[in-house]
Amino acid sequence: MNKTKALFLSLTLWIGGIGNAYADFEMNLVRGVTKISQANYDLHMLIIWICTIIAVVVYGVMFYSIVNHRKSKGAVAAQFHESTKVEIIWTTIPIIILIGLAIPATKTMIEMDDTSESDMSIKITGYQWKWRYEYLDEGIDFMSSLDALSNAARQRDSDVDPTTVPNYLLNVDNPMVVPVNKKIRLLFTAADVIHSWWVPALGWKKDAIPGYITEAWTNIEKPGIYRGQCAELCGKDHGFMPIVVIAKTEAQYAEWVAQQKTAAQEKAGEADREWTQDELITRGEEVYNGNCASCHQAGGEGVPGTFPAIKGSAVAMGDLEKHIDVVLNGAGTMMPGFSSMLPADDLAAVITFQRNALGNNVGDSVQPSAIKPLLGDEDEDE
Amino acid sequence: MSAVAAHDDHHDHGPAKGITRWLFTTNHKDIGTMYLVFALIMFFVGGAMAMIIRLELFEPGMQFVDPQFFNSMTTMHALVMVFGAVMPAGVGLANWMIPMMIGAPDMALPRMNNMSFWVLVVAVLLLASTLFMEGGAPAAGWTLYPPLSLQAGNNLAFVVFSVHLLGLSSIMGSINIIVTILNMRAPGMTMMKIPLFCWTWVITAFLLICVLPVFAAAVTMLLTDAHFGTSFFDAAGGGDPVLYQHLFWFFGHPEVYIIALPAFGMVSTIIPVFSRKPLFGYSSMVYASASIAFLSLIVWAHHQFTVGMPLAGELYFMYATMLIAIPTGIKIFNWTATMWRGSLSFETPMLYAVAFVIMFTFGGFTGIMLAAAPTDFQYHDTYFVVAHFHYTLVVGGIFPIMGIIYYWLPKWTGHMYNEKLGKLHFWMTFFSFNLTFFPQHFLGLAGMPRRIPDYAIQFADFNMVSSIGAFILGLSQLLLVYIVVKTIKGGEKASAEVWEGASRWGLEWTLPSPPPYHSFQTAPEIK
Repeated sequence: MNKTKALFLSLTLWIGGIGNAYADFEMNLVRGVTKISQANYDLHMLIIWICTIIAVVVYGVMFYSIVNHRKSKGAVAAQFHESTKVEIIWTTIPIIILIGLAIPATKTMIEMDDTSESDMSIKITGYQWKWRYEYLDEGIDFMSSLDALSNAARQRDSDVDPTTVPNYLLNVDNPMVVPVNKKIRLLFTAADVIHSWWVPALGWKKDAIPGYITEAWTNIEKPGIYRGQCAELCGKDHGFMPIVVIAKTEAQYAEWVAQQKTAAQEKAGEADREWTQDELITRGEEVYNGNCASCHQAGGEGVPGTFPAIKGSAVAMGDLEKHIDVVLNGAGTMMPGFSSMLPADDLAAVITFQRNALGNNVGDSVQPSAIKPLLGDEDEDE
Repeated sequence: MSAVAAHDDHHDHGPAKGITRWLFTTNHKDIGTMYLVFALIMFFVGGAMAMIIRLELFEPGMQFVDPQFFNSMTTMHALVMVFGAVMPAGVGLANWMIPMMIGAPDMALPRMNNMSFWVLVVAVLLLASTLFMEGGAPAAGWTLYPPLSLQAGNNLAFVVFSVHLLGLSSIMGSINIIVTILNMRAPGMTMMKIPLFCWTWVITAFLLICVLPVFAAAVTMLLTDAHFGTSFFDAAGGGDPVLYQHLFWFFGHPEVYIIALPAFGMVSTIIPVFSRKPLFGYSSMVYASASIAFLSLIVWAHHQFTVGMPLAGELYFMYATMLIAIPTGIKIFNWTATMWRGSLSFETPMLYAVAFVIMFTFGGFTGIMLAAAPTDFQYHDTYFVVAHFHYTLVVGGIFPIMGIIYYWLPKWTGHMYNEKLGKLHFWMTFFSFNLTFFPQHFLGLAGMPRRIPDYAIQFADFNMVSSIGAFILGLSQLLLVYIVVKTIKGGEKASAEVWEGASRWGLEWTLPSPPPYHSFQTAPEIK
């Protein structure tokens, strides 16, 4: 028995030793930067301390018994086996403790649920496997997906070492930018399957459910960059759709809004001009890698039984109209319609790319101006 | 009828010879053995999947499997462990021991008993066959949430039919257990005198009959949504994806207690024997078990705090969930009081039972944390939850099963197992289990979501520790197989009583070791 004790002692020390050697053994709940995250942290600590006290008492009694009431120490067993009095005591005490926990929990829950009197609203839509942010008051609308560096490093045959990638798997191309000290109402929905939007520093997560809108709110008190991830299993690349929220001061936020609006105007002009086939293919490759390659694979070979190939496929090699229809409106349960996700120039580019690359050589191309009328009033079709 | 009468004339025939003994057997011990062997095989199949998961999570980056296959592994690991390993092990133990504990010759419905086992085998084979399909095994998580589960290819139909058969098997098993315990008790053995293991199994059997049809209905709706154009769970057709979650968890939460309640019975069986002292508060244990079963039926949506329920729903499910702590607490206190001022010895079964009480209490603590709705908005779908349910399902389900196997193994085989190796198996399992799952609490709190095949660098250290623990945990279980096989083959002869004074605690210890093929041919008299 002494050997076992010694073994345990040395193991405990060993584990404790690791704790000192590395800085990254984060152990407790994130404290966060909102009132709600702070309230949740406090509630979390309250429950931990209550449980610790219960544990000391219950484990104390148990270990006293284990150490002292041993047959090997000559303990003779008492034969009592009932006591209504103690049964009542140990039923009542937990009830009182639970009421004590339920009160602060109820308070926080009520506060979390109250989305009224917000200063601004952002609609967040989950897609397989990216997020879309629509600023309802500003008309800003963009997609946000895993940054290219992380995406390269997370591939199975990748020779990029993940540890060299800054914020590996927690970085995006277009972060969500918000002002500090404003009550922001967030509306969640999804285009395909259920996702869940979670930034630990904000203190909660909320499911994004196709066909339904769920609500939450936040009020970030400190400027900074806050990172999170999709928390509801949403298919193959569930682990690769992070969330980045940048909280800025009001002036910086106004500047960002102005920039976004100018960029959107510039982009709108792109759809109206004539593109050369080479331009389309070059842009199309970028769009393909960002939107299509996760299922249809970088080389267009697909995954047999799950994701059809584009290389040599009847759709990409066949009738142009049909090809446009599949890309814009989707097909089956897995292929989403991209008409509301991508602008006309990106759509024209990626279709042209698919017909003239990845081993395909149809030779034709489609102009953004031809796609534009097919998109209709894209913002209304959710 | 004459055939039956003729059969009755020579009661003491032994088992049939060869393979037919196992295929056609109606003997509770043979069926119990088959259930246990099947569960052990599935324990290793599910365990191998866990090894693949932990291997991929050993360090950041994708090294061994594709994300889709990783998702299949998490999905299949859960389904195989729950439906293939833990539940069949529980049913196997019930089959073996309930007739012996209540003084009956066999189960009440022996032919149905045989059928429920073979249906289970078919069901699990159907499920396992999806691993070899084009498009792979189901990968939407064991909860099979739509719309994701509807994106699966052909495997969905196989999973749905597998669930139907699993349900059929469990319901038949449950009916058998209820009928046996209600009707076949020895004269004088009133319901308030049956061993707690029998009580928890009666309650579990009722729970199974309550919830399995709901699960079967839910997956059938998935099937019709996928193949027959209905829209139960599709908002575009007027349905609601969250409806599935309500149906699933109406089954899924009681399922937790379907695993845990028989285990509570096993612990209540072991602790008095090795404390040499009667179980404290027998009747309060019975009432607490029944209360837990009832409460488990009305708390399901605490698995869905983040789906956007109205405030009243959030609060109701929070309060109802917190209530479970009360009967569970009573059980913990009763076990502690049973040990108090006993005369304790720590053979392998007792080690498992005591480890269960300590670690299950810990799982209860994290359970209270998860029950608090606002903090669940942080914990939900993270590794904190993964850690919590392994502390409740592995410790709450598998540890007692391990303990009770060591406890009854000498009775079954007539040989003592090697106590030294048994203890070694316990300490390896105990140590590596905690090494695997304790750090996962920290990972979850620090922000690591569950069901991800790769993770950010700050989660790397604890993941490596967890993986090392998992590999040791997996390897340690080979020792169990070695011990069991060796005990079956030979070893020190076990007496009828096996454990000091055990005949005081149960009828099974009044039979010789190993017991006769038909347990009690004449019902014993209970005073």
